[in-house]
Amino acid sequence: MIRFDDVHKSFGSHQVLKGVTAGIGKGEVVCLIGPSGSGKSTLLRCVNGLETYQSGRIAIDGQPVDAESSGIHDIRTRVSMVFQRFNLFPHRTALENVMEGPLYVLRQDAAEVRERAVALLTRVGLADKVNAYPGSLSGGQQQRVAIARALAMQPQAILFDEPTSALDPEMVGEVLQVMRALAEEHMTMLVVTHEIQFAREVADSVLFLDGGRIVEQGPAGEILRNPKHERTQDFLRRVTHPV
Amino acid sequence: MSKFLTQSAEYMPLLLKGLWLTIAVTILALCLATVLGLVWALLRTSGIRALAAPTRVLVEFVRGIPILVILFYIYFVMPEIGIDLTAFQAGVIGLALTYSCYIGETFRAGIEAVDKGQVEAAKSIGMKRPLMMRRVVLPQAFRIVLPPYANNVVMLLKDSSQVSVISVAELTMQGKMLASSTFNNMTVFTLVALLYLCLTIPLNFVMRRVEIAMGKAP
Ligand SMILES: Nc1ncnc2c1ncn2[C@@H]1O[C@H](COP(=O)(O)OP(=O)(O)OP(=O)(O)O)[C@@H](O)[C@H]1O
Ligand SMILES: [Mg+2]
Repeated sequence: MIRFDDVHKSFGSHQVLKGVTAGIGKGEVVCLIGPSGSGKSTLLRCVNGLETYQSGRIAIDGQPVDAESSGIHDIRTRVSMVFQRFNLFPHRTALENVMEGPLYVLRQDAAEVRERAVALLTRVGLADKVNAYPGSLSGGQQQRVAIARALAMQPQAILFDEPTSALDPEMVGEVLQVMRALAEEHMTMLVVTHEIQFAREVADSVLFLDGGRIVEQGPAGEILRNPKHERTQDFLRRVTHPV
Repeated sequence: MSKFLTQSAEYMPLLLKGLWLTIAVTILALCLATVLGLVWALLRTSGIRALAAPTRVLVEFVRGIPILVILFYIYFVMPEIGIDLTAFQAGVIGLALTYSCYIGETFRAGIEAVDKGQVEAAKSIGMKRPLMMRRVVLPQAFRIVLPPYANNVVMLLKDSSQVSVISVAELTMQGKMLASSTFNNMTVFTLVALLYLCLTIPLNFVMRRVEIAMGKAP
């Protein structure tokens, strides 16, 4: 459903992606791991056109992603994104945040959108926070609203960029729990994460990105237990046994 | 003191007439300047060079010219190219043009101060630029911009006295005429100053209350 073919990207003279080729099937959960600065966020952001890329091809269901074309808006309604820093709209309530896209972008019926938004917030455990503003919610709660906002678009896939990295440790679990439930329902997910345990349990496959290249990819169990490549072994040792 | 009071009573009707004109010029110029300022700000942040660059030049030009010169220009030069304006119209247009550039810069700064993550979140749910501006960026920029905007309003009110140079009979002009006919400079200009304060002090107060109310809102 999402395909990368030899994707190259540089910021000025700084080459960040040096030929990434990979694929994510429908209903698959793929975790993208790798050291800081390896280009994980950049790769993810190219998928919904928040970044442009110079050469190669990214396609969603065969439709090429071009951040500069007008088709990008349509792609974004089909591929949602959850950000590290939540990026909820601070001047709108949790419910309004969730309703915003379906109501104003997709122009769906207000009553239906509201009903679905309440159901989504209930599903992420925030039935009692429907009318709360983001500023009065904890990080974990905000991220769950953000996931509900992404789901409200009824996307074909969701991109997660380190969704738990900005959270206090005690709130990581509640967000991962919601993501685990999504995976069980076979939502297509591309997740940049440092939560190796989560990747082990939930991911179908893992991509290890280093220096702008995919160094290793394959089934999660295999890569996380017996990484072939030395750089992957190194990286996993460091994130699972931090000094 | 009683002399001051009797003279005040005598001068007040004329000064109040001037005051009304000051208020009218200020409100009209402010409305126009705010709309134009928003247009300049949206053009300059549009990301489209063909729109942003000329706007930038216009703003830099206007900000580099004294208001007096702009007023003279509009009042005396425009008729030469066939556009006849009353002093009042020229005054409003001159103030509005000048302040649209100040206010436009204020708005632009506000728009640019909105967190980039907000723009990305709006894009990520498929919003196109106009919707994103209306629903996400401008409501947040509005809050950021309120204090400097309030400052612009007070400045505009005070600068409305400049239109007296093209003989708009607003408060300052009325004061000047009264003073030269009565030679009572002290009384007249004290009254003029007090009348300005009657406008600026409540205005500052209201703006501060609005700011506090907005700061408390989510
Ligand atoms: N807008 C930008 N302009 C210039 N350079 C950038 C920009 N965004 C990212 N980079 C650079 O691209 C490289 C990859 O960044 P990216 O954010 O994709 O890394 P990452 O793998 O997500 O790292 P992290 O784990 O720290 O989030 C880094 O060297 C970064 O400095
Ligand atoms: Mg990153």
